[in-house]
Amino acid sequence: MTTFVTALNTALSDSMKADPRVLLMGEDVGDLGGVFRVTDGLIAQFGEDRVLNTPISESTLVGAAVGLAMGGYRPVVEMQFDSFVYPAFAQITWHLSRFRYRSRGQLTMPVVIRVPYGGNIGAAEHHSDSPEAYFVPTPGLKVFTPSTPSQGYALLREAIEDDDPVIFFEPKHDYWMKEDCELTQREPNAPGARIAGEGSDLTLVGYGPTVKLCVAVREYFAQEGVSIEVLDLFKLNPLEINLLVGSVTRTGRMVVVHEAPVFGGFGGELVARAASDCFAALKAPPLRVGAMSTPYPAAALEHEYLPGMDRIVDAVDASLRYGVTT
Amino acid sequence: MELDPSAVQLLSEDGTFTEHPEYPLGLSDADIIGLYRRLILVRRADVEAINLQRQGYLKLWGPVFGQEAAQVGSAAALQPGDRAFPQGRQFGVGLTVGIDPAEMLSVWRGEIQGGGWSVEASGIALYTFPIGSQAPHAVGYGMALQRDQKNAAVIAYLGDGAFGTGDVHESLLWSALYKSPVVFFCENNQYALSNPVERSAPLPLFRRSEGFGLPGVQVDGNDVLGCYAVTARAARRARAGEGPTLVEALTYRIGPHTTSDDPDRYRKADEVATWRMRDPIIRMRDFVLGAGLVTRADLDAIDQEAEVCATAVRAACVADPAPVQPVQMFDHVYGTRPQHLEAERRAWLAFNEETQATS
Repeated sequence: MTTFVTALNTALSDSMKADPRVLLMGEDVGDLGGVFRVTDGLIAQFGEDRVLNTPISESTLVGAAVGLAMGGYRPVVEMQFDSFVYPAFAQITWHLSRFRYRSRGQLTMPVVIRVPYGGNIGAAEHHSDSPEAYFVPTPGLKVFTPSTPSQGYALLREAIEDDDPVIFFEPKHDYWMKEDCELTQREPNAPGARIAGEGSDLTLVGYGPTVKLCVAVREYFAQEGVSIEVLDLFKLNPLEINLLVGSVTRTGRMVVVHEAPVFGGFGGELVARAASDCFAALKAPPLRVGAMSTPYPAAALEHEYLPGMDRIVDAVDASLRYGVTT
Repeated sequence: MELDPSAVQLLSEDGTFTEHPEYPLGLSDADIIGLYRRLILVRRADVEAINLQRQGYLKLWGPVFGQEAAQVGSAAALQPGDRAFPQGRQFGVGLTVGIDPAEMLSVWRGEIQGGGWSVEASGIALYTFPIGSQAPHAVGYGMALQRDQKNAAVIAYLGDGAFGTGDVHESLLWSALYKSPVVFFCENNQYALSNPVERSAPLPLFRRSEGFGLPGVQVDGNDVLGCYAVTARAARRARAGEGPTLVEALTYRIGPHTTSDDPDRYRKADEVATWRMRDPIIRMRDFVLGAGLVTRADLDAIDQEAEVCATAVRAACVADPAPVQPVQMFDHVYGTRPQHLEAERRAWLAFNEETQATS
C-alpha cells in the first residue's frame, strides 16, 4: 500500500534522478523532510545544492525560482501551507505566469509550486485554505490537484516535466490516504479529468480532497437505486471540459463540490460551462456545494463550514427532486 | 542627500582624478574615452526620447538625465556571460552594451512588453516594472550560474525606492546565504517618484548590507570612473565565488520620474540647480580634455556621432510600427493553448472575419 506522501516523495526523487536540473526549495524541506514529510530523505540523497532549506521568504522563494528557471533549472518549490503562498502571489502573477508571454517565447518557466491545501485537519488559523480560485484564472499558470496517491505521482512527474509553471495543490487531509497501486507516469497528452465512477442519473464533480466524498456519496445513493457519475477534475487549468459536458449531457443533472467557498469559487466556471455547452440537456439547475463564504473558521467549527457528505447528499436530493411534483 | 564620508570617488566635481587604493581603475585611455562617448550618446538619445514623447511618438518615457554615469560606468564593467536585470529606466545600460536604442524604445511606444531585444545575445534581462521585484530573479539566476560553474556575475539594477520592498531585503539575505554572484547596483537618484530618500531611508542605503552579511559601498554616482571601478571590483568578487555586494551610487534624477510627472510639486528648483552643477558629463569632459586624452575636435566628433544616433532613434520611432496581427495576443501564453484559450482565439477570429465581411 502506498500513501500519498510516499507517492509524492517518490515522484520528487524519480524526477530528480531523471533530470539533474530539477531542484527542491522550501521551508523545512531539508533534514526535517517537510512538515508533512513529502521531501523526507531527499537532502541526504541529493545534497544541499539540490534540496534548499530556505529562509521564510515566500516571495523570494518564487522569485529565485523564476531566476533559476531563466538559468535553465527546473525548481520545485514547496509552500509549507496553503495560505503561505499569499506573500508569493505578486511574484507568481507578475512574473512566473507572464514571462513566456512578455518575452514572446524567449523564456519558459518550468517551475512547480507545491501547495498543501484544504482543511479538515484541526489546524491553526491560516493552515486550511483552498485558494485555487485565485490561480486558475491567471493566464499562463496551470493548476493541478490530484485526489489519489497514484494520480499524485503521475501528475507531479508531469508537472515537473512541463515547461509552463504549475501550481500543484495537494489535498493535505489525504496525505496518509493509502492505495494499492503502481507508481507510473501518465501518457503524454492524457486527459486532465477522469470518471471516478460511472452513473446515469446525476453528475457529481469534485477535485482534490472532495473526490473521496463524491465517491462515498455515489455508493450511498447506489444503495437507493440512484446511479451517480463521479467526475474527478485533476487539472483545473487546462480544463478538460469535454468529459464534463459529455457526462452532464447524458445525466442532465450536475452538482459540483469543492472545499473553497461557493461564492466566486471555481464551481461557478463549471456551472457556467454546463449552462452554455449543454443547456438543452439539463433537467435541473446545476448546484454548487462548498464552504461558507466566511473566513476559514476556528477548527471547532470546520465541520460545519466545510462541505461534508450530508450537504452533498442534500444537494443531490434537491437536484433529483427538481420539478417532481408528487 | 550628500555623499557619505566613506564614498568612493575617482573623479571629483571639478574633474580632478584621484587613484583609490581599493578600487583601481585599470582602464586604457581608449576605454576612458569610450566611457565619455557613451555618456554623450545616452544623454543625447535620452533627450531625443523626451522630445519624441512630447510629440506623441512615445506613450511615456522615463528619462535617464543625470544618471548617465551610474548606468554607463556600471554596465561597462559587465563581461560576456554576465547578466543584468534592469528595472525600467536603464536605457543607458542597454546602450552601453550595444542594444539598438529603438529596441529599447519599442516598449515605450506601447508595441510590446518587456523589451524588444534578445536577452541571450545582449545579456540584459527584460524590463521589470514592479519595483524591486527583479531582485529575486537576479539572485536565482546567480544561483543557476553558480551551479553551472560559469564564473559570471549578475547585476541587479534597483532604485532607492526599491529599498522599501520586501523582495529586495529577502534578496540581500538570500544572496549572502547562498553566495549568489550578484552585484546589487542601487541608482539612488534620491526620489521614489515623489518620495525623497530621506523619508524612506533613515541610514545610507549601502549600510543595510551589513545586517544581511554582504559588503556595501557607496560611490559617487555622477563619477563614471568611480562607478566603473566599484562595479568592476564587485563583479570580480562575484565571478570568483566570493559572493554578492551592495553598491549604492548616489546620483540625482534631474528630469521627472516619467513624462507624466511634475517634479515641481515635490522638490525645489535650487536643489535641482545644485545637482545640475554636479553633472556627470561636465566633469568627465574636463577630465578627458585636461588630461590630454582628447582634443576639442575629438569631442565635436563624438557630439556629431550622438546627433546621428538621435536621428536614428527619431527615425525608428516616427516610422509606422511593425504590423502586429492582433491575433498574436493569443500566442506564448502557454506552450500549448488550453482548450478554453483556443476556443476564445477561434471565436475571436470568426468574429473579426464576420465583422470585416459585413463592414
